[in-house]
Amino acid sequence: MSGVVLRGFGWRHGGRRAWAVRGVDLRVESGERVLLLGASGAGKSTLLAALAGLLPEDSGEQEGTVEIDGLDPRKARERVGVVFQDPETQLVMARSGDDVAFGLENRGVPAEEIWPRVDEALCRVGFPYHRDRPTAALSGGEQQRLALAGTLALRPGLLLLDEPTANLDPTGAALIRRAVADALDPDTTLILVEHRVAEALPLVDRVVVLEPGGGVRADGSPEAVFAAHGDALAAAGVWVPGHTVPPRHATTPPGDVLLTADRLGLPPRLAPTDLRVRAGEALAVLGPNGAGKSTLALLLGGLLRPRTGALTASAELAGRDARTPPHRWRAPALARRIGSVFQDPEHQFVTGTVRDELALGPRRTGRTEAEVTATVDALLDRLRLDRLAGANPYTLSGGEARRLSVATALATAPRLLICDEPTFGQDRRTWRELVDLLAELRDDGHGVVAVTHDADFVAALADRTLTLDRPSADLDRALTAGPAGVPGSVGSPSGGHGASESAGRPGADGPPSSPARPGADGPPSPPPRGAGAP
Amino acid sequence: MSHTDSNRWRTVDIVVASVIAVAFGVVFWAWGLLWSATGAAFAFFPPAQALLYGVWLIPAVLAGLIIRKPGAALYCETVAAIVSALLGSQWASIVILQGLMQGIGAELAFAAFRYRSFRLPVAVLAGALTGLGAAIFDFVYWNKAYELTAYRIPYALITIVSATVVAGLGAHLLTRALANTGVLDRFPAGRDRALV
Amino acid sequence: MIDLEPVAAPDAPLARRNPVAKLAAALVFTLVLVATLDPVAPAIAIAIELAVLPLFGVRYRVLARRAWPLLAGAVGILVTLVLFAADRSGPVLVDAGPVLVTQGVLVTALGLVLRMLAVALPGIVVFATTDPTELADALIQNAKAPARFAIGALAAFRMVPLLEQEWRMISMARRARGVDAGRNPLAKLRLFGSTAFALLVGAIRRGTRLAVAMDARGFDAGTPRTVARRQHFTRLDALLVVAAALLAGAALTTSILLGTFRPLIG
Ligand SMILES: Nc1ncnc2c1ncn2[C@@H]1O[C@H](COP(=O)(O)OP(=O)(O)OP(=O)(O)O)[C@@H](O)[C@H]1O
Ligand SMILES: Nc1ncnc2c1ncn2[C@@H]1O[C@H](COP(=O)(O)OP(=O)(O)OP(=O)(O)O)[C@@H](O)[C@H]1O
Ligand SMILES: [Mg+2]
Ligand SMILES: [Mg+2]
Repeated sequence: MSGVVLRGFGWRHGGRRAWAVRGVDLRVESGERVLLLGASGAGKSTLLAALAGLLPEDSGEQEGTVEIDGLDPRKARERVGVVFQDPETQLVMARSGDDVAFGLENRGVPAEEIWPRVDEALCRVGFPYHRDRPTAALSGGEQQRLALAGTLALRPGLLLLDEPTANLDPTGAALIRRAVADALDPDTTLILVEHRVAEALPLVDRVVVLEPGGGVRADGSPEAVFAAHGDALAAAGVWVPGHTVPPRHATTPPGDVLLTADRLGLPPRLAPTDLRVRAGEALAVLGPNGAGKSTLALLLGGLLRPRTGALTASAELAGRDARTPPHRWRAPALARRIGSVFQDPEHQFVTGTVRDELALGPRRTGRTEAEVTATVDALLDRLRLDRLAGANPYTLSGGEARRLSVATALATAPRLLICDEPTFGQDRRTWRELVDLLAELRDDGHGVVAVTHDADFVAALADRTLTLDRPSADLDRALTAGPAGVPGSVGSPSGGHGASESAGRPGADGPPSSPARPGADGPPSPPPRGAGAP
Repeated sequence: MSHTDSNRWRTVDIVVASVIAVAFGVVFWAWGLLWSATGAAFAFFPPAQALLYGVWLIPAVLAGLIIRKPGAALYCETVAAIVSALLGSQWASIVILQGLMQGIGAELAFAAFRYRSFRLPVAVLAGALTGLGAAIFDFVYWNKAYELTAYRIPYALITIVSATVVAGLGAHLLTRALANTGVLDRFPAGRDRALV
Repeated sequence: MIDLEPVAAPDAPLARRNPVAKLAAALVFTLVLVATLDPVAPAIAIAIELAVLPLFGVRYRVLARRAWPLLAGAVGILVTLVLFAADRSGPVLVDAGPVLVTQGVLVTALGLVLRMLAVALPGIVVFATTDPTELADALIQNAKAPARFAIGALAAFRMVPLLEQEWRMISMARRARGVDAGRNPLAKLRLFGSTAFALLVGAIRRGTRLAVAMDARGFDAGTPRTVARRQHFTRLDALLVVAAALLAGAALTTSILLGTFRPLIG
């Protein structure tokens, strides 16, 4: 119902010399569905914040004008609904229903209308729980849906979505997209930011590409834009459908085992899992949201103490610490041997500037100052962070922050690198750069473990995959019931429960071979293969 | 130096003041346990336990220095007290009264400078006055039965000293450190940094 | 650890009362008791409190768990009094150098300890039976507290469990980057301090973002707010407050009649 007009719009964040967006002239008519594209750091999130009237006047400098239905966005907030990249910071209340009601109360919706609208919104996004469900007990995907419901309940004329499916498993992402499609009234204007164009295309009828330096690079129907500019856009970092990336699989067979997980687990977050990690091999860990992938990554990274099973490091990895498990190693030794990239980049930042952040690891592991500078400069350059060397890590765009967090772990060149979702929110160019960096690391004989939902990434890099299942109540029961509970699949010493592994190398052109699920659900399935079993 | 033109609280003022209060409410709760646990350690001279007092008074001065709006000190200290009560502080509702008294002390210091100056001397004064508020409450309520010169007066004085140093100077340094991280960019306290 | 859930049976007759009424009742009850230093009035008050506890749905075990630090406080009072009591009247019981225990000292100590318990229990009971959301709602609707502040505080309160998680995350991040304290206690203290500071920074950053998200949903847009969850202040709630005042008054009166009353001021 709402139209948007931008005239020469620009915004510069306080403390930055460069403009985040500049010279944008754009007209979006009421009811249009726009996909907003652009390289990481091109200013997409900033533009959405401007449209939502959420750029505080005192936090930067504006150029040109923005109008929503002829109004200043700060006065037109009633017409705009926005869902940001990170759902967790958007939830306000302790109970799910109250959270959806929060916006309605603020808008002065009569009390008797509130609860019907709350229920309707929750229903439209397919929220699976009752209104009383504590928001603290929701998984990332569920939080995302709740945030969407809280916005849809306000019936905005203009809906702004910033990477609404980042971090969701493919099923969850499809659910959110369907929820958006179902929930949109025909006259609602939509502006969607999403790097993965192919998935977003069914939702939109127009594509706008922002140019990092300023201005709009391309604008029109998806077919027209990709036909006219496809190659150039792909080179500039846009995920143009149909432009594939060359795979980077290992050319040599994997080396020695670095880490052995034997029924490693942390119930209820992660069911006991068997696993071997080898040098010179990239292992992808897959599985639905909440399966325990991040927990596994933290365990393998020596950051959490396992509650069940054991994690053993080989002498090659651990040196003289081979007898102690990684979670008892001293931190500098750990950082030299096993690097970790956290799921949420911001969790990882320790210092106040991008440069210090990169230099911290190498310094702590005892490199000379010259080596540190060389490493830092090389990484800044390759990951296109050189412009941002002096910036505060917390002011980076989503994609920049992700790159920085991967770079911090790469900086110590650990023998084994464990990354949690290393490629989410990346444009095509930096995505390839990341894949190349990881591939080089592996080809130099380092081990790489990557937790990911990104099928392209698996296809391009992974030499082996491990799929975790969501630890369900059934599984817990099966585990406690012992061999009698699920014949054949439980109790065998090599059985990785809730996990299955596929050693087959996935082809570059398709998703990895779908692994067998060990059976907690339904009839007995073949016993899961042990990780290192020949 | 230009200040926020109005004394109206923006949403960030409210939320950040509340967040500071909540964070310190948790600290209060833990500090209460520590206080109970260290009682015996100060048996040689029990009034000296008041050295620990300053930590309970930090949020009043800190919020005043960061938010720079009338009521910030009082609001933050009171909410912190309520939060510690919600978390199960053993002193329960009495801490709310204490929080009010302590908050008023710091508030008076900022009001005396008409919410215009937030430099070190003002911070120290705010610390001293919030300590005075605390000391008066304890003098009358908790310590009535004790000897005047051997206990009540030293206790009150130590409280004020602790408040001046820990809450006054401490909050000043903490504000500076926070500003350097960039989280206070939406507040005048954060923008002072650029001038240095 | 910190538990945020109300620990009482939510449908107990008094737990269901309006949160503002419960809070007011606890404050009234407390304030009356604050006025005296004698052991009799608080003793009666404690008896009353323990008697109404089941009506609030609080089990004695839960109360004991929340109240145990008070016992440490009681020991502190005792020690301090033995050394510093102003009133050392009455027959001497122990006399060993600075330690002079008289009957007067013991009576005062008993009075102070009982008063501490009597004053603390109502608050513990109220907060143990009150949901923060309902408290904020009732403060806005029944006590005319400013809605923006009550909601802002409530939204911030939701962060308490997150703080704990964040603490673990920060510690892990440091470890992953090669930062640890080893066995050096001084380095441990420094690391503790810097982790706590990082936590505060993270909390404030979250707060600023939360404020933006709240504004995005029309908080503070100037439109008069409506309320989705009604809180009623009924005659029964008023009765609770009056009853608290009367019972505390009765405890005080008994003490006066028995001649044990010792006013706090004067
Ligand atoms: N709060 C801030 N303070 C300072 N600079 C910022 C802030 N937020 C973003 N920037 C900078 O502005 C530029 C644009 O950021 P923005 O978040 O809009 O990018 P984006 O297009 O959304 O990128 P991504 O795809 O990586 O999310 C980036 O260079 C970023 O570092
Ligand atoms: N610190 C924690 N304390 C308690 N439970 C947790 C904690 N972290 C995660 N969990 C729970 O453990 C389960 C596994 O979490 P984990 O983060 O490992 O899943 P994941 O597979 O990484 O999911 P995603 O794909 O959403 O990142 C989830 O149900 C989650 O809610
Ligand atoms: Mg972005
Ligand atoms: Mg995860």
